[in-house]
Amino acid sequence: MSITQGTFSFLPDLTDEEIEAQVRYALHHGWAISVEYTDDPHPRNSYWEMWNLPLFDLAPDDAHLAARELAACRERFPDSYIKLIAYDARYGRQTTALSFIVNRPSNEPGFRLERADRHDRTMAYRLHSYATDAPAGQRYVGGKG
Amino acid sequence: MATTNGAGAGPKKDRWSAGVTPYAAMGYYDADYEPKDSDILAAFRVTPQPGVDPLEAAAAVAGESSTATWTVVWTDRLTDHRHYQAKAYSVEPVPGTEDQYIARIAYDLDLFEEGSIANLTSSIIGNVFGFKALKALRLEDLRVPPHYVKTFQGPPHGIVMEREYLDKFGRPLLGATVKPKLGLSAKNYGRVVFEALRGGLDFTKDDENINSQPFMRWRDRYLYSMEGVNRATAETGEIKGHYLNVTAATMEEMYERAEFAKELGSVIVMMDLTVGFTAMQSMSRWARRNGLILHLHRAGHSTYTRQKSHGVSFRVLAKWCRLLGVDHVHAGTVVGKLEGDPRNTKGYYDTLRENFIPENPEHGIYFDQEWASMPGVMPVASGGIHAGQMHQLLGHLGEDVVLQFGGGTIGHPMGIGAGATANRVAVEAMIQARNEGRDYFQEGPDILAHAAKGCPELNAALDVWKDITFEFESTDTPDVAFTPTVA
Repeated sequence: MSITQGTFSFLPDLTDEEIEAQVRYALHHGWAISVEYTDDPHPRNSYWEMWNLPLFDLAPDDAHLAARELAACRERFPDSYIKLIAYDARYGRQTTALSFIVNRPSNEPGFRLERADRHDRTMAYRLHSYATDAPAGQRYVGGKG
Repeated sequence: MATTNGAGAGPKKDRWSAGVTPYAAMGYYDADYEPKDSDILAAFRVTPQPGVDPLEAAAAVAGESSTATWTVVWTDRLTDHRHYQAKAYSVEPVPGTEDQYIARIAYDLDLFEEGSIANLTSSIIGNVFGFKALKALRLEDLRVPPHYVKTFQGPPHGIVMEREYLDKFGRPLLGATVKPKLGLSAKNYGRVVFEALRGGLDFTKDDENINSQPFMRWRDRYLYSMEGVNRATAETGEIKGHYLNVTAATMEEMYERAEFAKELGSVIVMMDLTVGFTAMQSMSRWARRNGLILHLHRAGHSTYTRQKSHGVSFRVLAKWCRLLGVDHVHAGTVVGKLEGDPRNTKGYYDTLRENFIPENPEHGIYFDQEWASMPGVMPVASGGIHAGQMHQLLGHLGEDVVLQFGGGTIGHPMGIGAGATANRVAVEAMIQARNEGRDYFQEGPDILAHAAKGCPELNAALDVWKDITFEFESTDTPDVAFTPTVA
C-alpha cells in the first residue's frame, strides 16, 4: 500500500524541482520550513522525529537551503517516511500550512484492522501498523516491512 | 403611518399621553445617535407599505424589535426607557429600487441575554417581520460587538484544531454525501462510505433527511458506516470520517445518538438547522465536551435567506452559527446547483473564516465585524459540483473549505472509489499548480487535463461531466451594480 497522508499523496512522487517550487511558495508567505521523519506512520502518530529545528527566516530565494536539509535527512534515513512542513506562525493560524511526504520506504506494509466484538453489536476497532512489529530503528531496513 | 390613526390627532398629544404616538416621536428614530462600540447594530432592508414614511417605518422596526408596543404605556416611565429603546440612526434609499430602504438600528447590549442565540433572535427577528405597515423586511447584516461575542462558546474546535486533529493541511478537504439520500439499507450505505473514503475522500456525510427511517434505523447506519470508516483508514493510513446525523425529534434522542457515535469512535457528527437554535447550541456544548467535530447542514435556510426583499440574509445566519458554535456549515458553491452569487458567497466565507471582516458593500457586508479570536468555521460547498470545476472552486472558495462531491463521486462511471480518486487527484493537482505560481483559474482545464493523463479516474470524470454547469441568475445579489461572473 501507499499511505495517503499529506497534501500531495495522490500525485506522482514530486521531483526535487517540484519540491523546491512548493518550498518557494511557502517562503513567499513567510512560513517556516521543517523536515520530519518517522518509521511509524500510524495516522495518530502526531510527533514524527524533527530533523533539526524549523528553518525560520529563510528568504524566498533560499529554497535550496531547505532542499539541502531534506537531502541530508534522506541520506541519513533513506527508508523512512519524510515529510516537509510549512508552518504559518501568523496570528489566527499558528499551525501547519502545508505538509507533504517527500520520501517513503521502498515497501510500505500498511496496517491491520483489528476488530473486537463488544456489547450490542458494537465493535472496537484498532489500527495496527505492521511496521511497528519490528523495534524502532529496524523497520523497513533493506526494503522489508 | 397607517396603523397610527391616533397619531397627530391633536397638538396636545405629547410623548406620554395615552394613545398612539408615532414610533419616531417615541425616540425609536434618532439621526443624531452615535452607536456605541458595545451596541449590536442591524441593517434592515425595509419596504414600507405605500404611503408609509420610511423614517417612521424604520422607527417601527426599531421599536417592535425592542421595547415598543402599539400604544403608549405609562410603565415605560418606571424604566430608563431611552437606554432600552433600539434606535434607527440611519435610513438610506436603496439605489435602483423605488420603495426599499436600508435602515441601520442600534441595540444596547443590555437588551440581550449573554450567550443565547434564541434570545438574540427572539428580539431582533421575533415579532417585527409580520408588521402590517411593512410590505417586506429583511435583516441584511448584524454587527456583533466583541462584548457580546465573548459570551458565546463558538465553534467546538474551529478550523485550526480540526486540521490538526485530522492531520490534513494545505488543501480543501473532500467529502461526499451518500446517495441516494433515501432507501439504502444500512449495509449498502456503509459500502458507499467505505468506497468513497478508501478512494481518496476525507469525509462522507449523511444527508439532512437521513435520520432514522423504516428502511434504515440510525443505530444500524452508525455501525455499518463506522465499519466503512475504519476499513478506509486502515487501507490508506489516513484519518477518515463520516458525518453521522444526530438530528432527531427530541434533545434526549439527539444526545443518545451522539453518545453512540462517540462510543464508536467517530471523529465527527452532524445536525440539521431544522432542530433549532437552542438544540444546536446544546449540541455544540456536547461536541466541545466530547471532542467530536460538529457539522451543520443548513436544511431549510432558503425559506428565509433567499429572497432579497424579505427574510434574513445568510450572512446573518452564518454569524449566528459561528456564535452558537459549529465547526462546519454549508455556505454555498458559487458554481453548483444551489443559489450563490459569487460576491455574496465571498462575504459568507469571510464571515465564517476570518477574525476581522471590514465593511464591504461589494460582498454584502454592511458592518465591520470583529470576532475577538473566536475560531473560524469551516465552510462547506455542496450541491452539483464536480472535479472539472476544481480551479473555479479553489478560486472562489479558497483552501479552508470542505468540497463535497456527492453525485460527483458516487455517479462516476467507474465506480465510487474511482470518483473519489478523481476528485482527490484534481484538488491536489490544482493546489500544486497554484503553489507553483501558475494562473490556475485560467489554466484550470489544462492543469486537469494534464493530471488526467496519469489518472484514468480523473479522465473519465472530466469526460462525463465536462459540460455540466448551472448558470442561472442569482436571486440574492449585493446592491452595488456590476456584472458578476462565475467562470
